[in-house]
Amino acid sequence: MITLAHYLTLGAVLFCIAVAGIFINRKNVIILLMSIELMLLAVNTNFIAFSRFLGDVSGQVFVFFILTVAAAESAIGLAILVVLFRNRATINVTRIDDLKG
Amino acid sequence: MTLSTTVLLLIVLAPLAGAVVAGLFRNLIGRAASAGVTIVGVAVSCALSLLVFYQLVWGGATTYNQNIYTWFEVGPISAHIGFLVDRLTAMMMAVVTFVSLMVHIYTIGYMADDKGFSRFFSHIALFTFSMLMLVMSNNFLQLFVGWELVGLVSYLLIGFWFDRPSAVYASLKAFIVNRVGDFGFILGIAGALYWFGSLDYASVFAAAKAPDAANRTVEIFAGHPWSVATIVCLCLFVGAMGKSAQAPLHVWLPDSMEGPTPISALIHAATMVTAGIFMVARMSPLYELSETALSFVLFIGATTALFTGLIGIVQNDIKRVVAYSTLSQLGYMTVALGVSAYAGGVYHLMTHAFFKALLFLGAGSVIIAMHHDQDMRRMGGLAKYMPITCITMWLGSLALVAAPGFSGFYSKDAIIEAVAESHRAFAGYAWFCVMAGVFVTSLYSFRLLYMTFHGKERFVVEHGGHGHGHHHHEPGHLEHPPRESPWVVTVPLMLLAIPSVVIGWSTVGPALFGGWFGDSIQVLPRNDVLGELAHSFHGPLAAVLHGFTQAPFWIALAGFVVATWIWLYRPAIADHAAKALRPLYNMLVNKYWVDDLYRVLFIGGGQALGRGLWKAGDTAVIDGAIDGSSALVDRTAGVVRWVQSGYLYHYAFAMILGLILLLGGLWWTLAHAVA
Repeated sequence: MITLAHYLTLGAVLFCIAVAGIFINRKNVIILLMSIELMLLAVNTNFIAFSRFLGDVSGQVFVFFILTVAAAESAIGLAILVVLFRNRATINVTRIDDLKG
Repeated sequence: MTLSTTVLLLIVLAPLAGAVVAGLFRNLIGRAASAGVTIVGVAVSCALSLLVFYQLVWGGATTYNQNIYTWFEVGPISAHIGFLVDRLTAMMMAVVTFVSLMVHIYTIGYMADDKGFSRFFSHIALFTFSMLMLVMSNNFLQLFVGWELVGLVSYLLIGFWFDRPSAVYASLKAFIVNRVGDFGFILGIAGALYWFGSLDYASVFAAAKAPDAANRTVEIFAGHPWSVATIVCLCLFVGAMGKSAQAPLHVWLPDSMEGPTPISALIHAATMVTAGIFMVARMSPLYELSETALSFVLFIGATTALFTGLIGIVQNDIKRVVAYSTLSQLGYMTVALGVSAYAGGVYHLMTHAFFKALLFLGAGSVIIAMHHDQDMRRMGGLAKYMPITCITMWLGSLALVAAPGFSGFYSKDAIIEAVAESHRAFAGYAWFCVMAGVFVTSLYSFRLLYMTFHGKERFVVEHGGHGHGHHHHEPGHLEHPPRESPWVVTVPLMLLAIPSVVIGWSTVGPALFGGWFGDSIQVLPRNDVLGELAHSFHGPLAAVLHGFTQAPFWIALAGFVVATWIWLYRPAIADHAAKALRPLYNMLVNKYWVDDLYRVLFIGGGQALGRGLWKAGDTAVIDGAIDGSSALVDRTAGVVRWVQSGYLYHYAFAMILGLILLLGGLWWTLAHAVA
């Protein structure tokens, strides 16, 4: 029997993988974007699980909004990435430190 | 009959107008017009001054004392511009404007090649205006204004050649030393205002006439009652010591010889330096109240008269010899003031103005001939090249050493006899100083004449034109034989030689013994030494005959004989004497180390104080506080900036960590709130 707890655990695991992906990743920005997507998916999983558990559809409606925004965000993020690559000829995260004080 | 206000205003303003036109429009009107306009201004002033003098002495005019313009009023104090013209003032006006006119004319020749020609004329005309404001004032404040103005012009003229560091140094020195005196002077003026309630001469002198004026005391320090009159007089005299270069404030006058020679004659011999003498004579009603102040005046004057004269013997710069002679003669005048012989001091002031201006202008004439070389060791035998300068300087020197019959004889002899008559404290010391001073005066005067005009020539005349200018010569090498100076130089010399010789003869009777000065100079009966001398005065001729039997004449003659023997016939003796008396010679050459003492004490002290404040106050405390706080911020920021790594994942981590902490905190708070 798959209970709510399994879904929530899956969401938490996905979220933690995404966070780890952000921190541990030293290679490139694309993985950063992928980690952010994964985070959103983890949140989506939680939304759907609770929606089903509570019998309220609005949670699923919310997921569609998030997916839409995530698609737009990915598009803009990749566009920024392309510009970044053109300018810096690299997408290595450790080399992008212009904010350093 | 009263004097005309218009005439008096014209006397003062004519030189000022000349100075303004020549000063502000000199590039517009050119050199000749600058000289012309100032000379016309001073000539008008001189002619009208002589007219005023005539009206006061022979025309029966009464003393003029009026305020002309109210400067400002503060409560009960009102400051006016006004004139007090009595015989004392009229005499000063005549002397100042006459000498000034002579110097103006002389300057045409002396400064002919100088690029500051117009500026110079503007300055000396401004000086004439300032000096007239000083002597014609009827109140203390205007006196002070004139006093400061002449000081300013003196500063400008000493530093006239401002591209010479030595001239700049000398002008600063003169200004700063005078500030020391002026500090005392303004304290004296404040004291007079405070205790006598007015700035006006007439009111102050009337208050001083009150029966108890001499006994008024004030406790500046509790338990020490001091006489009011003594404090005021001493403070005023400190001002006179600065302006009239009395020891120990005399150090600026020899250095002031860095200025052009005409102003040495006008300002530093004939007029400005005598302002102190004039001021004390003008304040005679106050000084008569204080025996202490007069004793102090006597002591300072006697010290200056002898010891500065001694320095003159070892100087080799022709102008410096005359400068030390001026110091010494100013000392004589101060001695006369100190024994209450004010008329004697002022009379010596007048005769001295003529013959000392003559000596300075003569020295200037020699300097022109020597192409602006002033060292007497490279002169000698000039008499045959420049007879007019030689003769007039002989006349001036004879007047200076008080040869019987010459003007200086009457004034200086009166001072010496007045000192002998006096019973004031230090009168004995003063008598010794003025007697020894006679010998010293004679020695340096004839030494100057012999080294300059007689003996063998110690300069070389180079023949053959190499086409090089005057200033590229070696010292003591001349392009052509020395020449007599042009007429603009020699005519003033001759015009000044006339009063140097005859003015004593014609004026001594009334001026010194006839109460000529009237109420301008007031002497208490018990102090009236000149009144005592008057009993034994039987006319100028008798005074000359009497003079031949007196000690001063023989002392001066001894000085003449010694000077002739040494510097005319045996110049080697001077060197031997200098070697044999090495310590004494060193002391005189170093001017008693007074300059060095001041340099160490005041200049060194000032620099040390400044350095101390700079290092301890500015660098350590102020800079420390400000730089320290900025360094603290810098160091803190240096540590904190490591937080800003620039890596995106660090910021994200911080955000998530923050979020967890925030939520955790919220949850923890809520959980406890429920419990």
